[in-house]
Amino acid sequence: MSQTLEKKPAPSRDAMPLSGPRMPGSAPYLVAAAALAVGVGLGMILGGGLIAMAILAGLTFIVGITVWAWALEGRRSGVDRLVMSVVWAAFAVALVPLASLVWTVLSNGIPALSAEFFTYSMRGVIGDEPGGIYHALIGTLLITLGATVISVPVGIMTAIYIVEYGRTARLAKAITFLVDVMTGIPSIVAGLFAYALFVLIFGPGVRLGFGGSVALSLLMIPVVVRATEEMLKLVPDELREASYALGVPKWRTIVKVVLPTSLSGILTGVTLAIARVIGETAPLLIIAGSTDSVNFNLFADRMQTLPVFIYYAYTQPGVPPDPSIERAWGAALVLIAIVMLLNLLARVVGKVFAPKTGR
Amino acid sequence: MRITSQRSKRVVVPGIAAVALTAVLAGCGAGNEEGSGGGGGAEETGLSGTIAGAGASSQEAAQGAWQSGFLDANPDVTVNYDPIGSSGGREQFIDGGVAFAGSDAYMDDEELAAATERCGGTDPIEVPAYVSPIAVIFNLEGVDELQLDPETITGIFEGDITTWDDPAIAATNDGVELPSTDITPVHRGDDSGTTENFTEYLAAAGGWSEEPSDVWPIQGGEAATGTSGVVEAVGGGDGTIGYADASQAGDLSAASVQVGDEFVAPSPEAAAEIINASPRVEGREANSMAVDIDRETEEAGVYPVVLASYMIACETYEDADEAELVKAYLSYVVSPDGQQAAAETAGSAPLSDDVSSEATEIVDKIS
Amino acid sequence: MSTTIDETRAGGRRPGDAIFKGTAIAAALVILLALAGVAVFLLYEGIPGILGAREETDASFVSYVWPLVYGTLVAALIALVIATPFAVGMALVISHYAPKRIAKPLGYVVDLLAAVPSVVYGVWGITVLGPQLVPLYRWLADTVPWIPFFAGPASTTGRTIFTAGVVLAIMILPIITAICREIFAQTPTLHQEAALALGATRWEMIRMAVFPYARSGMISATMLGLGRALGETMAVALVLSASGVITLNFISSTNPSTIAANIALRFPEATGLAVNLLIASGLVLFAITFAVNFAARYIAGSSARRMSR
Repeated sequence: MSQTLEKKPAPSRDAMPLSGPRMPGSAPYLVAAAALAVGVGLGMILGGGLIAMAILAGLTFIVGITVWAWALEGRRSGVDRLVMSVVWAAFAVALVPLASLVWTVLSNGIPALSAEFFTYSMRGVIGDEPGGIYHALIGTLLITLGATVISVPVGIMTAIYIVEYGRTARLAKAITFLVDVMTGIPSIVAGLFAYALFVLIFGPGVRLGFGGSVALSLLMIPVVVRATEEMLKLVPDELREASYALGVPKWRTIVKVVLPTSLSGILTGVTLAIARVIGETAPLLIIAGSTDSVNFNLFADRMQTLPVFIYYAYTQPGVPPDPSIERAWGAALVLIAIVMLLNLLARVVGKVFAPKTGR
Repeated sequence: MRITSQRSKRVVVPGIAAVALTAVLAGCGAGNEEGSGGGGGAEETGLSGTIAGAGASSQEAAQGAWQSGFLDANPDVTVNYDPIGSSGGREQFIDGGVAFAGSDAYMDDEELAAATERCGGTDPIEVPAYVSPIAVIFNLEGVDELQLDPETITGIFEGDITTWDDPAIAATNDGVELPSTDITPVHRGDDSGTTENFTEYLAAAGGWSEEPSDVWPIQGGEAATGTSGVVEAVGGGDGTIGYADASQAGDLSAASVQVGDEFVAPSPEAAAEIINASPRVEGREANSMAVDIDRETEEAGVYPVVLASYMIACETYEDADEAELVKAYLSYVVSPDGQQAAAETAGSAPLSDDVSSEATEIVDKIS
Repeated sequence: MSTTIDETRAGGRRPGDAIFKGTAIAAALVILLALAGVAVFLLYEGIPGILGAREETDASFVSYVWPLVYGTLVAALIALVIATPFAVGMALVISHYAPKRIAKPLGYVVDLLAAVPSVVYGVWGITVLGPQLVPLYRWLADTVPWIPFFAGPASTTGRTIFTAGVVLAIMILPIITAICREIFAQTPTLHQEAALALGATRWEMIRMAVFPYARSGMISATMLGLGRALGETMAVALVLSASGVITLNFISSTNPSTIAANIALRFPEATGLAVNLLIASGLVLFAITFAVNFAARYIAGSSARRMSR
């Protein structure tokens, strides 16, 4: 902070005015309108497409608002405006592919949705007969639930150990290190490992949903640990010390003070972790297999999951291919919707449980 | 007041979540699975149970058709098929992980010995189940039909022929106006039986210098994943050419291939002929119907670029119920009904009557 | 009296504390155990692959795996270079620039995109993004062929390593954004208000109050994204036209492959030694990702130490 203040040019000898000239509040809109005009105009003259016009307009806006602010309010304000418009531009540009992706999924997926789509399995369904994703939906929910039940307690407790107990201990350092190692497990390796593990127990050719849960939790745990760790570190020590000063035992401090403070962040992390694994294809294909029928038992037989369903419906569509490909898009849409719901739930829960803060 | 509202919220939110979850997992089966099969009118056989197979992904669509047809007659049976790949399927079959395997290639001697051991000393069964023409598909603006001889196809995929107006292409295409567009050959990036069969054809008929292999043997060129990936890549570019199961080619044009003196377009009938026209693999027991496809055939009306995929099973199983199910399923697969079902939904070439009845005889031995 | 105080200070002797700490350590040990299992599995299955590479591929393991390592790194780096600035920009918009009413739904939409399954990204990459990029590649190959990256000839389908990098960038963008946003939002309000009160513009406040505070988290987020980019399987397998060559040329149809995509493409039809070879390449990927993460930790750690009060 102090550096900048020192760097500021010394006030001139004339009485320093308390307020300099300011840009009007509507400045950004004015510049935006002008930029749009320039973009469209130049685009028409030079014969560019819509994309070229948008780029031109964006550049004009950035330059325009920066120059105006610089000239009127000085260098610092100019830089501020420049950064602001660049940041917004980055945001807008990044949204384009994301919007295109969402649009692709929506426009291809919505036609597939119907009552049958959610309540039918693919058992005995061929061609364009009505078939659905019920079996894959159940499989994905159960397997992901299994993975979450394994990973979340392990992940959060590990993060608590690292941050709250083991700040300096060797073991904590080692675990931090190992979590990093774990982040590096390629998903397909996790699947192979789970398969090898369950082959040891059940013999060759084993397929079960729970194996998928194990494979996914290998991928999920490090994400949960990292997110939780990062959030716990952000809890100010003053809070902990205040709690200790009141004679609250350490574990109750963690449960009642530290965790609730960081809960919203932890939930975001957990949701991200679920999002990270719910779309995994490769490991599930190896250990959970693929089937056309509903299976409620996590511990026996093959279980279909949405990503595997999508992969096969898209890559092996059969004849005619269109209904199958349509179902693949529909399933993708449903998968995204599930995560969206989870996300919403996490937010609501986070809000309800979060302590009231001054902020 | 605040405390109570907080409390009640704490109870309510997880409560809602729990209710939602139980509603989803209420244990109700899928709408189409309850009382299925009743409408089919087929005679019920009283079979029940689950069998699993694994193997070639090329059979995936056909397996779907067979399962569907089989379920009509046997509503209490569940057949699963993991399209994990041919060699994965053979491996799992030998390990005893699955009851039957689908494979794009017949077993080599080592695997045959291991499979015999797995089957308790009896000879394993190898019957052709799925024959599909591989189409040479292309996307070239202004050109809908092409006739190519094997040497030209090889030249294109080898990278020796680089533009569409090359004299070698023009020679077999009188009256077609060929643009000077660069050729982009598209091949499979993943290991596949399609690649193996296609390279076998190039090596046998086109004089290709590379060894046939399930991995595309030369570096460079456009690679795409899966049949749909190839179709997508060929459709997405201009001047592209690739090879894919004919049934998946969609709107893309397929080249006719020179056999003897004529040019044959890929069709199920022309593809099915090749099984009859090809010699059996030598030194196999009676249970094996493995054939060495004759790629250089000059017989009229035969399309030599095909993928032949087998069903592999045991003659005897330790578990009599399992044997019963495998027998019933495989009988259906090689029967004219089963072949017709696969032809309709997977675009495969139905086995000819001779082949079908011979396969049925072998399958009937399962016990 | 004095004994009670000592006990409280020691902090571990109440039964509740002991149990809680025990559980925490147990959880940490589960991770240890799982990793040991994975490591044993990888080494047991991978070492025969490393030793037997010559039999299987007629070349040493290093010459087999090096082009794959190269491709993995190139794709991930392209992704990271593209994604990081955009992600930080997006996170800033959501945490500091956008009005609260818009910011929340925006954050929500971005989180959502982290959930799009990789298969979908792959399919989108082939059908939508690839063809859109073809004109750009053509233009690059025509105008700046002297830059080795853009030597051409341009791919006609757009399924290049650069496209794969862009797809990966879009995939990791939501992840990096989500974490950065969470961390920016956690910056103490007091620091920010102090900066503003001293007359800092918004950018100066962000540069001097938010970034230093969030640096470790930002690096952590970037590395998490990089980790995903390195290990991503299906999207790359679908999008990339891979030939397993080493080339600087980013826009032709002949591209290096990546380790993960190579495993996914080869594994289904692999038997015997080929499986071991693939698992050995998985081991290499494992090592790379680990090295990246370790470096990130180190950088984040040292900057945190410099920052510490």
